[in-house]
Amino acid sequence: MNLGLMFDAMVVLPSGVGLTLTLTVLSLTAGFLLSVPLAFIRAFGRPGLSLAVLAYTYVIRGTPMLVQLFLLYYGLAQIEAVRSSIFWVILRDPFWCALLTFSLNSAAHTTEILCRGLQSVPKGVTEAATSLGLKRFQIARLVTFPIAFRISLPAYGNEVVGMIKGSSLASTVALLEITGMARQMVSTTFAPYEIFIVAGAIYLSLTSIAVKAIQLLERWLSTDGHPVRRRKARLRPALPDHEITTTPLP
Amino acid sequence: MGGFTTQFVAALTVTISLALVSGCLGTAFGLFVAISKGTAQPRLNSVVTAYTTVVRGVPELLIILLIYFGGTTLASKIAGRYVEVNAFTAGVIALSVVFSGYATEVFRGAIAAVPAGQTEAAKSLGLNAWQRWMFVIGPQMLRLALPAYGNLWISLFKDTALVSIVGLTDIMRVAYVGAGSLRAPLTFYLAAAALYLSLTTVTLLSIRLAERRYPALGR
Repeated sequence: MNLGLMFDAMVVLPSGVGLTLTLTVLSLTAGFLLSVPLAFIRAFGRPGLSLAVLAYTYVIRGTPMLVQLFLLYYGLAQIEAVRSSIFWVILRDPFWCALLTFSLNSAAHTTEILCRGLQSVPKGVTEAATSLGLKRFQIARLVTFPIAFRISLPAYGNEVVGMIKGSSLASTVALLEITGMARQMVSTTFAPYEIFIVAGAIYLSLTSIAVKAIQLLERWLSTDGHPVRRRKARLRPALPDHEITTTPLP
Repeated sequence: MGGFTTQFVAALTVTISLALVSGCLGTAFGLFVAISKGTAQPRLNSVVTAYTTVVRGVPELLIILLIYFGGTTLASKIAGRYVEVNAFTAGVIALSVVFSGYATEVFRGAIAAVPAGQTEAAKSLGLNAWQRWMFVIGPQMLRLALPAYGNLWISLFKDTALVSIVGLTDIMRVAYVGAGSLRAPLTFYLAAAALYLSLTTVTLLSIRLAERRYPALGR
């Protein structure tokens, strides 16, 4: 163990945190925005459409992200039409390819997570909303989605952590995020232990922060044991979701 | 595809054996740790928690790189000359570590989900610790763990692709080499994707079969 090298790594590697976080946050955002409509289609859409979404999520979730990344980055260049189209500006850049891959991946995972959440919203709640005269879109926006989101939040936390870890694959297409910088440092210093351990510690702190943040969000959104919030919620046409979030006894 | 079909067949066996070996080692280790976590003293518990937190919070790619390059450095230092660690061995160690980290949490959760009354009833019947695990807690715990445990296997098959980065000639590596030499990346990566998809599909189907054959008891 060379402590001086570890210190060097501690100084150099944080400059890769920016790219890791950019890739993670952007792909999580894009994936989430894409997955909300997909999850509604998957859960409540017509059988044909639901199957089409299932095919998408199944293929994405069934193949390694590395294959998808190489397919987009190297594979698409084989098609002449892609190379001559305007998309080539984006698709020849490793950053955009990685971002696209991660977003599609995150969308597939989030769709399945949200779909399970949507399906576990009790039927009585939506029936009650219908009987109050809410339109279908209003029910989805005000009733079904908020409940489903709370149910899905713990599973979505795993997806956030998975995306932080998955962003390390960007180093395989020569992007210098944390892993990429660590590999570059290792190839010049030949000290894999010190540098990869520091990189691992940086990832560990990022994932720990993400886990804590999701836990805080869970507590903030849950109305259990918050009488003030619950009373406020009662004034709005909201739902007593403390009954829904608790799992029924077998 | 040229002569790459035979190479893909060989690579498929490499990928499958890598996954099977590291999955079995990871399961054994995870099971051992989960059981000892339930019985042992608090200090060991915090060590186990630290282990699972670190393994699950660090990218798999980084663990593979650390064990491959770090292992090479370590082996060279011990032998006094340059020794390169076999990519397969490094992959098995790295993936077993990852798998055991997740499996520990799955099994721990499943053990906690078995009602305490079962252990008490087994004790009152005079079963010893070994018999309690074999005949009472074990069978119930494994059934409860099965769905989550199956997902771990699917992730494992996908994670094997990462070992190609340190030079193991698995499916991904053959696709990479073929794509470079025949200048047909799309064809080769699509073939690789299809192979991985069929592997995960077979895994998924066998888990579904196992879940139907061994449903969780008493629910």
